[in-house]
Amino acid sequence: MNNATRTPLLFACMGFLIIATGVLQSWDSALNLLNFGLIAAIMALGVNMQWGYAGLFNVGIMGFVALGGVAAVLVSMPPVNDAWAQGGLRMIFALAVGVGTIIGAIMVFRRLKAQRFRGLIVLAILVIGAMIFRALFGPARDAIEAVNPAGEGYLGGLGLPILLAWPIGALFAAGAAWIVGKTALGLRSDYLAIATLGISEIILAVIRNEDWLTRGVKNVNGLPRPWPVPYEIELQEDPGFLARAEAWGMDPVGLSTLTVKLAYAGLFLLVLLILMWLAQKALQSPWGRMMRAIRDNETAAEAMGKDVKKRHLHIFVIGSAVCGLAGAMMTTMDGLLNPGAYQPLRYTFLIWVMVIVGGSGNNWGAVLGGMLVWFLYVQVEPLGTWLMSVMTAGLDDGSALKQHLIDNAIYMRFLVMGIFLLLVLRFSPRGLIPER
Amino acid sequence: MDFLNALVALLNFVIIPATAYGSQLALGALGVTLIYGILRFSNFAHGDGMALGTMFVILTTWGLQAAGISFGPLPTALLALPIGIALTALLFIATDRAVYRFYRRQKAAPVIFVIASLGVMFVYNALTRFIIGPDDQRFADGERFIISARDFREATGLAEGLAFRTSQGITIVTAIIVVAALFWFLNKTRTGKSMRAFSDNEDLALLSGINPERVVMVTWIIVAALAVTAGTLYGLDKSYRPFTYFQLLLPIFASAIVGGLGNPLGAIAGGFIIAYSEVMVTYAWKKIVTYLVPETMAPEGLVQLLGTEYKFAVSFVILIIVLLVRPTGIFRGKAV
Repeated sequence: MNNATRTPLLFACMGFLIIATGVLQSWDSALNLLNFGLIAAIMALGVNMQWGYAGLFNVGIMGFVALGGVAAVLVSMPPVNDAWAQGGLRMIFALAVGVGTIIGAIMVFRRLKAQRFRGLIVLAILVIGAMIFRALFGPARDAIEAVNPAGEGYLGGLGLPILLAWPIGALFAAGAAWIVGKTALGLRSDYLAIATLGISEIILAVIRNEDWLTRGVKNVNGLPRPWPVPYEIELQEDPGFLARAEAWGMDPVGLSTLTVKLAYAGLFLLVLLILMWLAQKALQSPWGRMMRAIRDNETAAEAMGKDVKKRHLHIFVIGSAVCGLAGAMMTTMDGLLNPGAYQPLRYTFLIWVMVIVGGSGNNWGAVLGGMLVWFLYVQVEPLGTWLMSVMTAGLDDGSALKQHLIDNAIYMRFLVMGIFLLLVLRFSPRGLIPER
Repeated sequence: MDFLNALVALLNFVIIPATAYGSQLALGALGVTLIYGILRFSNFAHGDGMALGTMFVILTTWGLQAAGISFGPLPTALLALPIGIALTALLFIATDRAVYRFYRRQKAAPVIFVIASLGVMFVYNALTRFIIGPDDQRFADGERFIISARDFREATGLAEGLAFRTSQGITIVTAIIVVAALFWFLNKTRTGKSMRAFSDNEDLALLSGINPERVVMVTWIIVAALAVTAGTLYGLDKSYRPFTYFQLLLPIFASAIVGGLGNPLGAIAGGFIIAYSEVMVTYAWKKIVTYLVPETMAPEGLVQLLGTEYKFAVSFVILIIVLLVRPTGIFRGKAV
């Protein structure tokens, strides 16, 4: 079976799975599956650009996704004027000193090529800069965090429409990816992996601990919705909507949540289709051929005069930007930024399962993998709990072992994901929709 | 100026904890570096393998405690360690047979092994949480201190106390024994020499009649021993929580790369470099500085370069510097 028949068939199966969920469970959970599946598909698309087009191994997806979420907060939340008045400018000054120190150290390091004490001079600049930075930063942070800590205690955002946060989230992720790529690309593939793992842990540490920026683990909630998506409450008060619910014989509350989710689904689908169109165009262009040539034989591509490291940096930045975009979209739909919820297994390694299962190198495969693996990830949980309760039915109700097994049944999903990845990698290493 | 008290505080808060942590990292990094040297891939399942192995030790410890067996002043976990190592070694070898051997025969690219190790990571992760759950577990027993802060203060009359916990002492002693045994094995025994030959040049090793499957099996057994020992010591010294072990992956890899991937000596040096930097950068030096400078100059702030929540940033920055300046690591590891 070639890809031309295989792809539509598999996507039809995926659609059937989601519709079956709607009929058997509820349309609400079917739409949830669809929406998160679409976001997962976009993340998988970004990772597929890095891995499938260029063979770059990125395990810092979680960090880039979280940066997208930060962008959503910083763009859309209203600014906290008190906090700005108390410490906003001081904070900006402190950050400028911090960044200036690093740039200054790099410039001195480059300028003093042949100097003997280069290391010591650079170290001195860094230490003095760090001390000034901390002296400025501490009071500014305390002043900002002291402003109404129960509800605000952070600088807030710019109060702009949240749709703007999507490209800005992509830019944030691209910036972080540029820094990592600049240092770790051109070395062994594993080094990039470790470096990305590190940057994602650090990004998460910053988001969890810098309360003045993101409120840390206190979460930011109540993010505004993007333009075409209505609020449930407004719908429920709209007479036209109520009349329609009446005519269709549906509960207006249920219909309003479905409408909201459908609106998100339409928006996400639109983004996915645009990205897909761009990605396919790029893959079939001379640029795409060059990327694949580099992936398949770096030495030969280099001999043809291609700047391998530079191309790798481009694709790494682009792929990470797509992950950042997906992260901003996810935070937008959630309506809150919850730094505690970012777990590497869920946001980094699960995306890898999606790419490998779907078919690395094939954009359609990545999208299908994203939706299918997300579907399994969600549906395995009730299945696991059910299986556990059947298996432990023979045990006493009060038994500690039974309770323990049922409590921990949710980890079944990681087991299933791991085994699924290993099986696909071994028996169908090119994935569900192979590259060619 | 109070030099003695400053020295005691330095020992108490920096040198002893960093040495213990460095020993744990070094053992973990040795496991990573051996896999890299012999099987030629970065094993992402190492952290979760450590968690799973430590879980076996904890379960055995609980069994022994329930049976009333104890190890006197030392923690019972040390008695349980061999059983945990044996179980983990069996598991690692089974994993190798089921997963990695296929790709070895295919001569797959290293990155395929790495992806396979991600799958293994998921499975180990799930098994650990399935059996013992995701929460903190306590399994330390026996004497808590070799030197307690109060005894030290009474004996010396200094204002500053020095506490030397049993877990720290055991960590350092065990690490020395394990490392000595490992180097003896690698340098003196026939199997160890064949492992080094295999690591240096696979083709020549095969030509001289070394059985690669045997080398791989011995490697997994040693890696299991190192991983379980490192995990148990870390659990005794700090606490056992499966997710922490996953997070240890970053400092462990940083140690191995900083020292030079594939080089056992480098892994040890890397472990201590990372541990000392992490502790020194995140320690609040206020106390020590206050002892050293005249009273009027005592610092107001904590004199802390970075909050402890950013300790991962330290391993990361060291890693980046080494990658930029000397990508093969300090001790010239195998590959760029």
